[in-house]
This record gives sequence, C-alpha cells and structure tokens, in this order.
Amino acid sequence: MDKTILTADDSASVRQMVAFTLKGAGYQVIEASDGEDALSKLDGSPVHMVITDLNMPKLDGIGLIKRVRSSTKYRFIPIIMLTTESQASKKQEGRKAGATGWIVKPFKPDQLLAVVKKVLR
Amino acid sequence: MEEDQGLERGKSVFFEEAGELLAELEDALLELEDAPDDQELIGSVFRAMHTIKGSGAMFGFDEVSSFTHEVETVFDLVRAGAIPVTKNLIDLTLAARDQIMAMLDASRGGEPADDERAEEITGALRMLLPRGGVGDEADTGRVAGADKGAPLSGAGEDVGEESSYRIRFRPEPEIFSTGSNPLHLLNELSELGECRIIAQTDALPTIHEIDPEACYIYWDIVLTTSKGINAIRDVFIFVEDTSELHIEVIDKPDATDDETETEYKRLGEILVERGDVKPKDLERALESQKRIGEVLVEQELVNPAKIRSALEEQRHVRTVRKKRKAKETLSSIRVASPKLDQLVNLVGELVTVQARLSQVAVSRNDPQLIFLDEEVERLTSELRGNTMSIRMLPIGTTFSKFRRLVRDLARDLAKEVTMTTEGAETELDKTVIEKLNDPLVHLIRNSIDHGIEPPDVREAAGKPREGTVHLSAVHSGAHVLIRISDDGAGIDPEVIRAKAVEKGLISPDIEMSDKEIFSVLFAPGFSTARTVSNVSGRGVGMDVVKTNVESLRGSIDLTSEKGKGTTVTLKLPLTLAIIEGLLARIGDEHYVLPLSTVEECVELVSRESDGSGRRRLANIRGEIIPYIHLREQFHIGGERPDIEQIVVTRVDGDRIGLVVDEVIGEQQTVIKTMGKLCNGLKEISGATILGDGTVALILDVPNMIHSAMTG
Repeated sequence: MDKTILTADDSASVRQMVAFTLKGAGYQVIEASDGEDALSKLDGSPVHMVITDLNMPKLDGIGLIKRVRSSTKYRFIPIIMLTTESQASKKQEGRKAGATGWIVKPFKPDQLLAVVKKVLR
Repeated sequence: MEEDQGLERGKSVFFEEAGELLAELEDALLELEDAPDDQELIGSVFRAMHTIKGSGAMFGFDEVSSFTHEVETVFDLVRAGAIPVTKNLIDLTLAARDQIMAMLDASRGGEPADDERAEEITGALRMLLPRGGVGDEADTGRVAGADKGAPLSGAGEDVGEESSYRIRFRPEPEIFSTGSNPLHLLNELSELGECRIIAQTDALPTIHEIDPEACYIYWDIVLTTSKGINAIRDVFIFVEDTSELHIEVIDKPDATDDETETEYKRLGEILVERGDVKPKDLERALESQKRIGEVLVEQELVNPAKIRSALEEQRHVRTVRKKRKAKETLSSIRVASPKLDQLVNLVGELVTVQARLSQVAVSRNDPQLIFLDEEVERLTSELRGNTMSIRMLPIGTTFSKFRRLVRDLARDLAKEVTMTTEGAETELDKTVIEKLNDPLVHLIRNSIDHGIEPPDVREAAGKPREGTVHLSAVHSGAHVLIRISDDGAGIDPEVIRAKAVEKGLISPDIEMSDKEIFSVLFAPGFSTARTVSNVSGRGVGMDVVKTNVESLRGSIDLTSEKGKGTTVTLKLPLTLAIIEGLLARIGDEHYVLPLSTVEECVELVSRESDGSGRRRLANIRGEIIPYIHLREQFHIGGERPDIEQIVVTRVDGDRIGLVVDEVIGEQQTVIKTMGKLCNGLKEISGATILGDGTVALILDVPNMIHSAMTG
C-alpha cells in the first residue's frame, strides 16, 4: 500500500530533495510551500504523515503542528520537523506542539528514509 | 545512485531558489530602510537567510551556510527586538547579500569570492551583537547537524558480540497525541534481535476512569542483539525525553566463562535488580521455604505480571546461553586433564631426545642426518607450541568463581562490594591457574575485610557506599600480570611500621621507603588486623601468598595509597612445564638460569675488586653491580678461565650478577622435578636433561641470591 507524505517547506530545493527521496522509496508525496498551503492540501486526499520545516512564511512549522494536532482527522498522524536549530529549545517547542520527531538539516537521504520508516511502519 | 541524483537536482534548484531569495532580500531590505519597524519585512529577511543557510548546508555549500548563519543570528535578534534596524545594519546586510551572491557564483565555477571581504562583514555584524552570551544558543546549532538529531546513522550495523539487555519502557500517557505509536517502537526493537516483550497492565484504571486516548501500559523487554546499546537507544530517540526508559546489560558472552554454566540469576535476584521487590521483602519471603514467586504474590509484594516478566527474562537468558554453549561445544571436546599432563610430559621427553639427536647429527657431520634432524626439530617445536596452547585456559573461569565469594563475604561483613573484572580471556597454563586459586582467595578476602570500609564510613569519606574490588589480567611478555585492586581504606605505612617494630621485624631507627615498609607485609608471621575476624586473619598470612606465588616462579608486588585503596600485582609465567632458559657452564657442570630473570651477559674482565668477601662489585658501563661467584658458591674446583662471564639478573628490582665460566646460549628447558631428597635445596628449582644426556640443574635465582647474601 502506498502511503502519502505531505512535505511542507518554503525552500523549493529542500522540498525537491525530500520529494525525490521519498518517491524513490515508493511513497506518494504532496508538496506544500508553507503552513497554510499544507493545511489546505491536508483537506484533500488522505495523508499518512507530515514532514515540515519550522521557519515558513504565513504559518510556521510550530503553528502547523498545533493545527494538525487539533484536527479530528489527523490528530494522531506522525509529524516530523525539519530544523537547522538542533538545540533543545526549538525541538522542545515542537515536541510540546505535538511533533513526533525531528531531523536536523543538513541530512542525507538515507537518514530521512530511516526516520520515515521509523514512525510510519 | 538515486540519492546522488536527488542531490544533484536539489543543487540546481537551490541555485535558482537562492537567486530568487537574494533578489527578494534586496527588495525587502530597501523597503525596510523606509519602514524599520515592519515586523513582516524583518521576518522575511530572517527567513530568506534561514533558508539559504539550511538549504546551503543540505547541498554541501558549507561556506555559504556558515557565512549566512552570521547574518541570520543578527536578524534573529532584530526579530526579537534586541537590535534596532539602523542604516548601518541595512548597509551591512546588503553587503552580506552581495557576498552570498559572489560565493554562490564561485561555487558554480565563477570567480572566487573575496574571503577578506566576508571576514570584514562578519566582523562588523558581530559588533552589532549585544555583549555577552550573543546568540550562544544559535551558535551551538551551527550548520553541521552532527548532534543526535540525525538519528539512525549507522544503526543496523553489528558492533560486536551478542549481548542481552533488560529494557523497561514506560511511555508518557499522552504518547499518542504526538503521533508516536509504542507498538511501532516495539516492532522496531524486535527487529534488532531475539526479543521477548511482556506488557505490564497494573497501571490500567477501572473502565469508568479510563481515557481511551491515553497509554497506561508499559513494557518489560528482554532483547538479545549484536547491534549494541546505541541501536536500542536509537529506537527510542524521539520518546526518550518523555518516557521512562531503563536499559541494562544482563548477559554478555563472557558472562559465562565456565562453558557448563547456562544457569542464570534467581527470580528473587532479578526482581530486586529491577526494583520491583525490595531486598528486605525478598529476604523475608525467602524464609518461608515456598516458591518465592508465589509467596511474593500472596503477600502482595509484587503483582503476578512482574513475576511473569522476570521469569521470562530468566528463560530467555537461559535459552540464549544454551544456544551459545551448543555453538561452542560443537567445536570442542572434553579431555581428562591427566591425559593432557601426560601429553606434555611426552612432548618434554621428545624435546630432550631431539636435542640429543641434534648433537649426534652435528658430530657425525652427515648431511642426510642433519636434514632429518632439522625436520624433526621443526616438528617438535610446533608440537610443543600446540601442546602448550592446549593447556592454556582463560583465567575468567577463576575470576567468575570469585563472584560468589565476594558476595558472601560482603554480606558476612555487612559491607557493600561489587567485583569488576577485566581481561578474563587472558590465558594461562592450567597448572598455574589451579595453583593461583588460594592466593587469589586470600588477596580478595584481604581486600574486602581490611580494605573496603563499611558503607557508612565510606559515605562519610565521600566515597560511594559500594566498594569495588577489581580483578584484571593482562599479558606482559612471557608473563601474565594479575591485579587485585580495591578502592578501600588503603594501608597506612606508619601503622605497618609500628607493628613491624613491635614484632621485632625491623629496628625502630631504620629509614625505610613506603615500598620497603609494604614489603614487610610479606614477612612471615605478620598480620595487621586488630581483631581476628571470621573472614581473614586465620593464620594464613601474606607470607604464604608470597611463597605460593614464588613457587609458580612468579613475583608479588603491593602498592597502596592511604584512603584511596590497595593494588596487589602478581606476575606469573605463562607456563610451568617448559621454560626459556640460559645455559651456562662452570667447570664441567652445566646450569640453566630462567631467561625471565636474565637481563644481559657481559664479560668480566677486571678483577680489581675481586679480592675479598662474598660480595664483589663489577663496573658495567658505569653502573656498579654486585656479583656472586657461582664457582665458589657451589664449591666447584679447578682453574678459573681468564675471561669469565657475568650474567646480570634482576631480582626484586635489584640488578645482581652471577659469574660463570661460559654462557652457552638460550635453550628450551623441560623442567624435571628432583624428588624428595632435594626438597631442602632452595637454590635449585629443578633439573633438565641436555642434548648429550647429561643433567643440568635449574637455578632458582631469587633464592640463590638470597642465600648467597645471607649465607
């Protein structure tokens, strides 16, 4: 069964790499350029997991996580945050908002896949 | 391949994207000049920098990334209101933007960027930062993602031998609300190796109180894996902050040194280790003589699931050990040790005969015979090596026996002691290991009885309540060093000294170093314990230990620091049956000196100091070394040759020479015991048969020197 992953990032290059890596591993990928875009795309076809950047225009990653967690449809899906800030405070904030895990940028494709596989078995 | 493609595509998109971002950045900065308080503009400048930094690092443009990081740090503070938007700031940021552009062009094969300019800009930007603790936090998270935020790197690789782990994983009740699924984690864990999982449900509330979205269950897991503890931690990386997670190693391959041992800890022990039952409750329950699990459940000291879980652990480890044992026994057979001893004796005979054969072959000067002799010599030496290696056993067997001793002693003396071991795989001759048992028992008893203090005393001295006795074994040339160290009270040299004076072993006015004082401990009839306890001080003193060790041709050394602990080091030969010897001649007699005691051989030319007394002094390269004339010592008649040889030996740290007529050379020496009649001869430790069939005596160098000095 193909699972669908939504990736939200304002950087097209990162999105491109995430999407390419995930598609290569057999996942369906939906791309969103910011938090609001992500929310509207979540309303469409079912999504099994969200990978989101933290710093985005309009609605940032923390805001997106909070909104997803308060929805009835997606409150239990895995959400992974992409962050350049590896320090505890940002990670903690994301965790509090309900993120499942994190990946610190820069990361390698196999690291991304390992994390995806971990939370989306 | 796919990954590379992904990266390549990403790179080209990155250049495009960065170009766009930099263009937007320029616009935003110019607008910001007119509206310095516009938070949205400040935010977009920050985000642009942030994206360039993050994506740059992703695609390997580390310079761009670290440079951008500096600008981002400043704008993070602008965003927080800590730095005002000034013209200077905008000028600098614009300059930085141009610099980033130049750097990007450079990495696309354009003109190299001006590094000095970059330094200037970063320097000026840093001036803007408030003093003290500037963006410290941001700094730690620099471009590299080398912290544990990149999980699972390298997971899945074997990191050594299989070990078993006991894991208790208790997620926070809200775990589901973060999108984590504990079952995923348990599945992932079970992929690491053989795994038993027991769910603990005692925290489940009644159905009226239950929150269907909370997790009340926790898990006991026993896992056997070769992937190492970090792989286990990686499984829980996203939840370990919010969960209760205990991981302990409960079984390693070297935990059962004795191949026959597949038994594991008792149920009660496991429960206490897990903290599920208090030691006191266990003791009380044990008194009732019934099955311990039933008693504990009956008395409501623990719930049945905990018992089940501990039993599961017991079963798991037993199975793992049995499998391991089956693997080991597949390739080994058991042989009665007398057979081995016989084999060694026969090899010894063979070595002797071979030496004679060599001599005959050489004297006949028959090429065919010499050829045959060389073949036989090669085979003999291989056979000897092989036979000796069969007799070698890892010392771990002995070490593991002491666990029980330590445990029982500690209990009897109301002390808390753990034993740690190191080098259990170190191999020693079977006979040495057997004879080592008593001295080691004695030394461990000493450590626990006299060394380790009672828990309260230790606590008062700022030490952990639990004392440690550490046993280690390491190879050192043809010897094995065995150390018994403790972190106890140590030995006070003054106390020893006073006692020795009291016992008349030393005179009160003599100056002695600590090392010399400690050597008094090994004198016959010395015991410092104020009271004779149940454990040690039963008349077997350190002198007996010393004698035992020396009978193995070993030596003993003690160091101690008051308040810190004591270390006793035993130096033992690898094997007893055959030694490397140095063959020497005096008149018509041959003697063998164990090569392990020999340091060098030199000619004795000058006889200036030869005149009088038993002790003479030789000047060897400026060092004055006392020497003993073996010819005199053994009352051998005849003429002394013009040039004699000094064999310099080292005994207890002193260099002493032994004068012989001629040093013949090194020789593999099969030791023969000399029978009861010669038991009183301390200077001779045995005899060996030489190639021509004559007998050579093997000198016990330390005793020889001792009797020459005192006799």
